[in-house]
Amino acid sequence: MPEKFDVIVVGAGPAGTSCAYTCAKNGLKVLQIERGEYPGSKNVMGGVLYRKQMEEIIPEFWKEAPLERPVVEQRFWMMDKESAVSFGYKGLEWAKEPYNNFTVLRAKFDQWFAGKGVEAGVLLINETVATECIVEDGKVVGIKTDRPDGEVYADVTVLADGVNSLLGKQLGFHKEFRPDEVALTVMEVINLSKDKINDRFNLEDNQGCTIEIFGDSTKGNLGTAFIYTNKESINIGVGTTLSSMISSRMKPYDLLDYLKNHPMVRNLIGGGEPAEYLAHLIPEGGYHSVPKVAGNGVLVVGDAAQLVNAIHREGSNMAMASGRMAAETIMEAHQAGDFSHEFLNAYRDKLYDSFIIKDLKKYKNATHVFEHNPQYFKEYVPMLNRAASKFFTVDGSSKKTKQKQIIKTMTSEKGTIKLIKDVYKAWKAVK
Amino acid sequence: MTGSIEEKQYLVRFKADKKSHLTVLDDDICLKNCPDKLCTLFCPAEVYKWEGLRMQVGYEGCHECGSCRIGCPYQNIKWEYPKGGHGIVFRLA
Repeated sequence: MPEKFDVIVVGAGPAGTSCAYTCAKNGLKVLQIERGEYPGSKNVMGGVLYRKQMEEIIPEFWKEAPLERPVVEQRFWMMDKESAVSFGYKGLEWAKEPYNNFTVLRAKFDQWFAGKGVEAGVLLINETVATECIVEDGKVVGIKTDRPDGEVYADVTVLADGVNSLLGKQLGFHKEFRPDEVALTVMEVINLSKDKINDRFNLEDNQGCTIEIFGDSTKGNLGTAFIYTNKESINIGVGTTLSSMISSRMKPYDLLDYLKNHPMVRNLIGGGEPAEYLAHLIPEGGYHSVPKVAGNGVLVVGDAAQLVNAIHREGSNMAMASGRMAAETIMEAHQAGDFSHEFLNAYRDKLYDSFIIKDLKKYKNATHVFEHNPQYFKEYVPMLNRAASKFFTVDGSSKKTKQKQIIKTMTSEKGTIKLIKDVYKAWKAVK
Repeated sequence: MTGSIEEKQYLVRFKADKKSHLTVLDDDICLKNCPDKLCTLFCPAEVYKWEGLRMQVGYEGCHECGSCRIGCPYQNIKWEYPKGGHGIVFRLA
């Protein structure tokens, strides 16, 4: 008889490890399966980790976790070819406890986090692919792996297998994703000295900055670019929906080079040494793309459950919170001795009652609206830049005259009614 | 600062398996139905190269992102994970 566990967690990213750690900490017998050489070796994100949801799992984690910089400034750029309209917030309250969020390098962070799980009693097996769920009488009872005699059994199997979630697809929890439900993102880590980073971004040693860039960063396609400061390197990346990437015939690495050479960007990273290149999909379908998340003997967490808020670039926090909620439900199920779909559906209720699904619901039509109305990124960002240029250029005409001219240009370019409609449509998509 | 895709790929550690985890199911579909050979454009690692009659699949440099499986308009790519411990090994982010 093969060994049986209370819980098998497939995947050692933030969602899987949050679940595995919480279960083990509470005395359950947990097996965690990771297909990479080590946790983090297959995992990619831009790099922002949120304090709140991590702290709910490991209090005061910032005292020992391998973090890069606490983020004290968040900037947003609406960028055109040779200009950018920017806004942002910098606050030094974020430079001290309890902090707001941190930049991290995932290969380091994920290894540390999974290590905490192991300390708590998780049995972590690396270099192992979970090839399918074992289903008996309509109930998931374990997984098959690509190891010889690689069948393992558990009361509950947690799918934390990431954006592609082949296991979720095998169970019929979701169909194959459409190209407009995922964003293809590429990124480079660029080594740059601490002093240069501090000077160029106006930071001190233990302060970080994030910049999100819209508009020409994706050549007007639906997507964003980002620049995040690590201790002694910068993460710079860009992504668009896979559908936009395909229809625009862009090559993702060419788009990244376009961004790196953009006159608004190049001096920030100039002289830096590229150290790694990474590509990954981000689940951006939002509310409508969330699959079935609970079944008989099985739960789905993190990217595998499509829990990403693309508008606010939040994902790791949702992954962690979902992992924790799954663990809580599993402990309740363990006490009740009931691992049925009906019982495990309490996880779904928790998820839908939390900020996670509430936030996804708030923006449920945003991706769709922006995908089908390319004017926002292609036309309005340049228009906004022209308006700002006009308004701030001192040319002897009065401010009142400038305002009138700007409004006149905008309405004559787009037509007043179309303009009002577009503003209303965008507001409705994000309200 | 600009590096070609070859230079970018040099920055990445790969532990390639002997066997491909990516399979183009039918080269004729690429030949007849897909004039632009879309995967050769959007694949972020330039894994796919069209050789006139067939698709060459350089699976050794794959980032395992999944774009080709989702993006192929003819569902003509079979996509699996490489064997455990193989494939891309991210060292940093």
